[in-house]
Amino acid sequence: MKQEFQIIANLIEKNTKILDVGCGDGTLMEFLKNNKKTNIRGIELSKNKVQKCIGKGLTVIEGDAEKDLGQFPDESFDFVILSQTLQAFLNPEKVISELLRVGKKAIVTIPNFGYWKVRLHLLTKGTMPITRTLPDEWYNTPNLHMCTIKDFFNFCKDRKINLYKSIALQNLRSSKITNTNIELKNLTAVLGIFLLEK
Amino acid sequence: MNKNVNIKSLIIDKPLKLDCGQTINNFPLAYETYGALNKNKDNAILIFHALTGDQFVSGINPITKKDGWWSYAVGSGKAIDTNKYFVLCANVIGGCMGSFGPSNINSETNKVYGTNFPVITINDIVNAQYNLLDFFKIDKLFAVMGGSMGGMQVLQFVSNFPNKVKVAIPIACTSSHSAQNIAFNELGRQSIMADANWTGGDYSNQNKNPDKGLSVARMAAHITYLSKIGLQEKFGRKLQERDDLKFSFDADFQIESYLRHQGSVFVDRFDANSYLYITRAMDYFDLIKEYGGNLSKAFAKTKTKFLIISFTSDWLYPTSENKEIVIALNAIGADVGFVEIESDKGHDSFLLNIPDFLDTLKDYINTSYLKN
Repeated sequence: MKQEFQIIANLIEKNTKILDVGCGDGTLMEFLKNNKKTNIRGIELSKNKVQKCIGKGLTVIEGDAEKDLGQFPDESFDFVILSQTLQAFLNPEKVISELLRVGKKAIVTIPNFGYWKVRLHLLTKGTMPITRTLPDEWYNTPNLHMCTIKDFFNFCKDRKINLYKSIALQNLRSSKITNTNIELKNLTAVLGIFLLEK
Repeated sequence: MNKNVNIKSLIIDKPLKLDCGQTINNFPLAYETYGALNKNKDNAILIFHALTGDQFVSGINPITKKDGWWSYAVGSGKAIDTNKYFVLCANVIGGCMGSFGPSNINSETNKVYGTNFPVITINDIVNAQYNLLDFFKIDKLFAVMGGSMGGMQVLQFVSNFPNKVKVAIPIACTSSHSAQNIAFNELGRQSIMADANWTGGDYSNQNKNPDKGLSVARMAAHITYLSKIGLQEKFGRKLQERDDLKFSFDADFQIESYLRHQGSVFVDRFDANSYLYITRAMDYFDLIKEYGGNLSKAFAKTKTKFLIISFTSDWLYPTSENKEIVIALNAIGADVGFVEIESDKGHDSFLLNIPDFLDTLKDYINTSYLKN
């Protein structure tokens, strides 16, 4: 189980209704279902992954979060999860506002483009950074809107979106992100995990 | 038409009030079963057949001597495993494989009903089949499923009997028959009625049969079950047992010969009036209208778990129409899964050996049953 999923699971309360946006092959869904007794649904773009989820008995619909979140009524979920896909949307701003409409709370995780290895790669090699969390070349990456933890932090601040919890993940170590340590975390974290509310 | 051999049938003595206003009673409902009902009676799957299907889902159809229409999906060790589940399927009323239909004899006149048979609806069809639950003393079905018109019956059945189904799998269907689909059905009906041997529907009493009309209806419909790319790949412009064009109206092309064959074998197993009645039932199907324009209301009372499946190349019941059902279910927080299966075989995909489809179906059914 990925460290990221463990942290997400810790943010979620038991017996809640959850939507996993971009649920992949359903690993996180299964974990939350078994360990948190949640009523969990998923939406996923890849047919193959949807078939895998359905085969596991998970309730997943094939769809594009950018178009298909509209069918869910306001606040129909306690939590909506978006794991490492925000940067792949055409319009991340709209997706965030949809997440916060459909869910009472949203958990968003982003690969940090401000991570020192990413910065060093660009600085020394002068080519688009390739790392474990960003494995694709510039010409075939699905990531259209890369951002840093600081970018996302500011994004929420500007839109008066409450950040309940902001967690920096660096390999297996997780730590809180605060107003005072944001510059440092923006350099050391591989991944940012945020719990937000309108 | 049907020789009534090896056909199991119930006589339904409970009067059934039809949507057209007439009430029918003491009518036959032909059915077939596969596998065994377990002690808890929690392993029953009711399968609904499509327009030209029948109750012989699997194995060899005793009338046509061909494989059952869903042999790829249903049988020992298959997606719907008859070693594990008790599979039930009934011939729809209006049909011609033993259930009450226009080819039956009207006891009042001693003549075949023909077009004196009442117009029936999908609602009437599923209400008639509900009697199977009483007969087998099944309180709750584990699952209902079906493709095309079978999928429409799934939707109608769950909305009529919200507490009687644990899992519903409508495949390649719609909640409201589209203008295009009504148009294709009308083409088929007009083709039958244009055959002089149809004689206003009275052909059986006059020892005639509108074979040509029914055959053309089938040919036209058959095209709608396939896809352009599927046809192109299978037939292209290949010629039928000849080296060059014959400058005539013979079947020069393989596709022509194929369609003619489909038409001619169809008339041996299907009644023309049944074709009129069943296509009419499909055209009248509009679950959205039945619930005042809000499809969600059709499922508001049910806790049934849904899996909706569509196919990429199905232009007759396209993904967009299947998705409308998903959207209506999500709007009320129902437990609904949805997947569009990649296939170039058109609407017929649900009947064919498509591993992605059959594997997904199998795993979903088995994991859902475990959670009973």
